[in-house]
Amino acid sequence: MSKPRVAIFDFACCEGCQLQIVNLEEEILDLIGAVDMVKWREAMSESSEDYDIAIIEGSITRPEDEDRIRSIRSRAKVLIAIGACATMGGLNKLKNNFDMDDVRQCVYGDAGRMEHLDTAPTKAVDEVVKVDYKVHGCPMNPEEFTYVVRCLLMGKTPHIPDYPVCVECKMKENVCRWEYGEICLGPITRAGCGAKCPSASFRCFGCRGYVDDPNMTAAKDVMDKYGLSVDMLKSKLVLFGSKQGPSYE
Amino acid sequence: MSNTEVEVADINIDVKHLTRVEGHGNIVVNMSAGKVEKVQWQVPEAPRFFEAMVRGRHFDDIQTIVSRICGICSISHSLVATKAVENALGIEVSEQTDMLRLLMHYSEQLQSHVLHVGYLVAPDLFGAPSVVPLISQAPDAVLTIIRAHRVANQWSEVLAGRITHPITIVPGGMSMIPTEAQLGDLAETLKATIPDLLTVADVVLSVAENLPAFDRETEYVSLKQDNPPTYTFYHGDIASTDGYTAPVDKWESVANEYVVGQSTAKWAKWHRDSYAVGALARFNNNAELISPLGKAVAEKFGLEKGCCNPFMNNVAQLAECAHVVESALELIDKLLTKGLKKEKVQVKPRAGKGTAAVEAPRGILFHTYEFDDKGDCVAANLGIPTNQNHANIQKDFEAFVPQFAERGEDALRMGLEMLVRSYDPCISCSTHMLNIEFVK
Repeated sequence: MSKPRVAIFDFACCEGCQLQIVNLEEEILDLIGAVDMVKWREAMSESSEDYDIAIIEGSITRPEDEDRIRSIRSRAKVLIAIGACATMGGLNKLKNNFDMDDVRQCVYGDAGRMEHLDTAPTKAVDEVVKVDYKVHGCPMNPEEFTYVVRCLLMGKTPHIPDYPVCVECKMKENVCRWEYGEICLGPITRAGCGAKCPSASFRCFGCRGYVDDPNMTAAKDVMDKYGLSVDMLKSKLVLFGSKQGPSYE
Repeated sequence: MSNTEVEVADINIDVKHLTRVEGHGNIVVNMSAGKVEKVQWQVPEAPRFFEAMVRGRHFDDIQTIVSRICGICSISHSLVATKAVENALGIEVSEQTDMLRLLMHYSEQLQSHVLHVGYLVAPDLFGAPSVVPLISQAPDAVLTIIRAHRVANQWSEVLAGRITHPITIVPGGMSMIPTEAQLGDLAETLKATIPDLLTVADVVLSVAENLPAFDRETEYVSLKQDNPPTYTFYHGDIASTDGYTAPVDKWESVANEYVVGQSTAKWAKWHRDSYAVGALARFNNNAELISPLGKAVAEKFGLEKGCCNPFMNNVAQLAECAHVVESALELIDKLLTKGLKKEKVQVKPRAGKGTAAVEAPRGILFHTYEFDDKGDCVAANLGIPTNQNHANIQKDFEAFVPQFAERGEDALRMGLEMLVRSYDPCISCSTHMLNIEFVK
């Protein structure tokens, strides 16, 4: 069997998820050996439009980007969204809390009216095209990325955790961040990160998105127990989870 | 054109989405009958509007948000944002916090410089389209580069809690500090990586003749720290090679964003048409303060203070790789001598405006925030290194094209691509960046 042809594309983002691929360090040599890397603008000048697997980083923020992602989708057999910007719009969705004209004026002043600074409300990739697999997180977890790629190469379905970060955090024996009076989104956020943030004494800010069926009542109970305000919770919820959009059907 | 003495082929260069740079940039050159008609460095990157998005956010979320401006320099963005928040809220951090953050910041310089020189620039010097073919052509060199990159990332992880987007920096201090044993191990790892860094420098030196000989005088702007005199990345005032200085909170009058022709493109300039930031700017302002190994690396390549060849920015980065490791070893020694202690962080919101600067790997970086009495952000302004280099890249293009055009279209395109890469641009970072319509 010939090696699958893989292309990596970036949309609006910090390119930190591509960086996680580079950060595989020695392991990246195995990856490059197992697939045929045909396009990766940030790392390679070689380029081809003939690919089987498209890896997408970043969110969709302009009409021309919608055209571009549709064109990529039409060429690829499999499409993988990597990182919060691609899987759920990520931090870029904070922009959607404002009027687009206001956003342009705020950053660019009067020049913000120029055509090339046009911007639309941020979308996750699956709000525009079908996404086959998602590698969550900001940045994505590189181990989860290689796991998903391995599964694909072996024809298996990857299993992504659908339980909250608290499960992994408890296994690390961390003291709950709520005990410190912090609003931690661990109870409703999808695990799979190894609870890295609470393990560094930093509250979970929900970068992997909600579990499929988030227990908001339990989250509110926890909040009541610690006497924290609903407004504070709401503010934290929109940081990465801002208007988590409907999925493509 | 009967009077033309030499027939010169027309040149039409149209590079859409330049490869091996962070973010999206285009190069356009049109020459007809030996005459330059159009030279443009364009940036079509999707704007992300961070300054708008942070409005209404609590001060303790600012770092988490703006870290996402850039994956490669997320530590610099987190640190400068936190320093600016602390400045606004009137918080002084402990000496230990300052030292741990500086140690973290050094790790990012190494990570970013190795990535840039090793993965993005070296293929040009070896005549390869990417590092991929070099894996079989020069496996030892590639493995050495990967090893140095891994060490830099492991170093980041000890201080920042993970590799990209730090999770230990909080206003007022650190949410987590390393153990003394971790710092001791880190020192051993760093000592062991010095030979690798020198090998990387020698690998680049072996092909350094492929760095174009191109000089153009410009103003180089970076941080400069006099007390104590330091090759600084983290403290000090703004300084330029034209002899000017300014306090950090006056950065907006240094960058002087301005508009060209009919196109309203924002560029930066201070005392000349443009200025440059980055490793070469730091070197040109602080060369006498670089560590012994950093100096040795610079000397191998003949890099001297006052160099105005933009391609030598790559070499200044190599010198800084050695410098940050040596400086980190001194810093770890000081931290371990004093002994680490867990410090309590308590911060109260208040209304105020704060500014800070650090040197990101690709140049001086400014953040300014204003907060209301609840500690919610009401305004932000960010000064990004690549924005400050933008006009300088354009001015370099204008000088480079006539000088190198006779080598033909392919060589000229390659030279221009290398020229952009030498600045180590971080285009995703440049939230202000606009399309350029260059009017001759």
